Amino acid sequence: MGYVASREQFGKLFSYWKKEYDIWAPKRFPGGGRFSDTDAVRYAVVQEPDEIEFEVKSAYSWKETVLPPSETLFYFAQNHVEEAMPPLRKRLVFLRSCDLEAVRRMDQIYMKNGDPDYYYARKRDNLAFVMIGCPASCENGFCVSMGTNAADQYDMSIDAADGEFRLDSRRDDWSAVLAAAGAAELDVKPCRVSENKVQVRVPENLTFEVGKSSMWDQYDSRCINCGRCNFVCPTCTCFSMQDMYYDAGGKVGERRRVQASCMVDGYTDVAGGASYRKKNGERMRFKTLHKVLDFKERFGYQMCVGCGRCDDICPEYISFSNIINHLEEGMKEVQDHDSSK
Amino acid sequence: MDINTKELKKNAFRVTKVRGVTSSRVRVPGGLLKAEYLGKIQKIAERYGNGTVNLTSRQGFEIPGIPFEKMPEVNRELQTIIDGTGINQTGRARGEGYPAAGTRNVSACVGNRVCPYACYDTTALAQKIDKVIFPDDLHVKIVLTGCPNDCQKVRMGDIGIMGMTEPRLDPERCVSCGACIRACRSKSVDALEKVHFRPERDSYKCIGCGECVNACPNLAWTRSPEKYFRITLLGRTGKKNPRMGVDFIKWADEDSVIRIIRNTYEYVRHYINPDSPGGKEHIGYIVDRTGTEEYLRWALKDVHLPDIAEVYTPLNWGGIEYAHNKYFGNQRYHADGTIVTDFSEKTR
Repeated sequence: MGYVASREQFGKLFSYWKKEYDIWAPKRFPGGGRFSDTDAVRYAVVQEPDEIEFEVKSAYSWKETVLPPSETLFYFAQNHVEEAMPPLRKRLVFLRSCDLEAVRRMDQIYMKNGDPDYYYARKRDNLAFVMIGCPASCENGFCVSMGTNAADQYDMSIDAADGEFRLDSRRDDWSAVLAAAGAAELDVKPCRVSENKVQVRVPENLTFEVGKSSMWDQYDSRCINCGRCNFVCPTCTCFSMQDMYYDAGGKVGERRRVQASCMVDGYTDVAGGASYRKKNGERMRFKTLHKVLDFKERFGYQMCVGCGRCDDICPEYISFSNIINHLEEGMKEVQDHDSSK
Repeated sequence: MDINTKELKKNAFRVTKVRGVTSSRVRVPGGLLKAEYLGKIQKIAERYGNGTVNLTSRQGFEIPGIPFEKMPEVNRELQTIIDGTGINQTGRARGEGYPAAGTRNVSACVGNRVCPYACYDTTALAQKIDKVIFPDDLHVKIVLTGCPNDCQKVRMGDIGIMGMTEPRLDPERCVSCGACIRACRSKSVDALEKVHFRPERDSYKCIGCGECVNACPNLAWTRSPEKYFRITLLGRTGKKNPRMGVDFIKWADEDSVIRIIRNTYEYVRHYINPDSPGGKEHIGYIVDRTGTEEYLRWALKDVHLPDIAEVYTPLNWGGIEYAHNKYFGNQRYHADGTIVTDFSEKTR
């Protein structure tokens, strides 16, 4: 059911939500950016509708609401193990179309790729989604190319404009709260982006052979393997484990899982001291082909949702969409090389 | 030709080696001005000067080759630049140029309007300080730099102001990538250590450069909302005893910085040698005379430092002595290996 709600009417619904949910949304942190006197926009629990950042895309993605950078799984003391408490309250997540599509990718890995991940599942089951409409394309996003500009699996959509909220509610109890608050009914469809400045084309003939292309070499020196592209990515699912001991004897402590990055040193370290993918170009190849090739081969659809956050944040101005668009050339290079043999 | 050179200098003109010819010194606090004033400077240089402009070592402009008789016209032309650079013209009528030149331009690196390392807006603070100290004839050099890289070389000035941030760690956002630790070790003071997978900061070592914040891929490190400053004191160049400024206060706040600058002017006014050449004496030499303790008594008057501040003591300047005591100084050799001897009776 569609509604147009004033700030006050929407506030009623917000208060209703707060009884049941922690509300996670993009939030502006003044002065919280990397550089002096810059703001950060990232996910946090908000207490008021005004705290929600509707204009600017969050630099870090929705995934922090369910896969925090660091999460304690359980505590141990000799033979005793105590599971860390799950969140006590449900979570309502404000997110954009690209991120809502990313939820499906995250679920694919954590819920439908073998047994469901226990720690993910116990949070995932308690999530609800409010989709923020996009009246215009963001700078680096390429959601239209990736087909992620029209996500639909929301509990409610919201467009904030001119001090009003246009809402498409799919929850009867939420609709009832809005109606009771006096919000006018209206046929509402969330704002969608139909064109991005950035467009990509994943070549039909893409295979892992492209790994032999020279296209990756430039990243040996250009990339600084900081991992920002992974940490902001709404579909990167990797983590590593940390056993942290409180005592010198190593009998008491906690086990955490911590977001990991295939770009950062240590990711491919194995027992015995070996390490694969030492060069940054090799890491870039691995990341790229995971995002636009092997995930699709396994699950039938692309992993990358085209949110463009990796481009937004790269301190070395490496553009992932540019890499995708060079895959065709890369394929041609390896095919020409093979046929000339 | 009858020209009052004292008056001319106070009006920000210079006595040059060419008789009858001066140059005009344009003050640019913080080294930032609207590009339109460059056109104005060009006009003055081409109409009244010799068509060239000198970029001065303290971020002003010097327009050379101006005949003395053109000074009134130049002053009239300078008015829009004086207005546009926010100069306090108190003591001189509009259209009559700068009211002083003794207190040097407050210079500053490009700061956080541009540079990712800078910890504050150096331009804004330079302009604010200029409002506090100008016009004045005392020979004081104040230098601002955005971070401990010290591109502006604050330790060569009387009062150096170096930007700092107090890094704050949100441990829950740390992904143990080690980027901050590597950055601090390779580019700064190695103040971070990995303890239980996460960085631990040695606040004694930390110089507040913010390298950890810039390096962190996940915003686990962020900058303190408070802007902090390291104040360095009494660096100087010159013919007697050039030396680097030494650390005075670490983690000072802006109010303290400005109060200390005001106090320093009062101290200098009180103790300056009345016979000093041209009424100019580097503060450092005055402090050498009164003793550091007396200077500090003045400098810290009514200064309320933040709790985090650390005041260095004692303050020791070394520096280069051109005319050092032959019994305690180093020896010198001629190219042929013979020792340079000093036959004069007079030593310092």
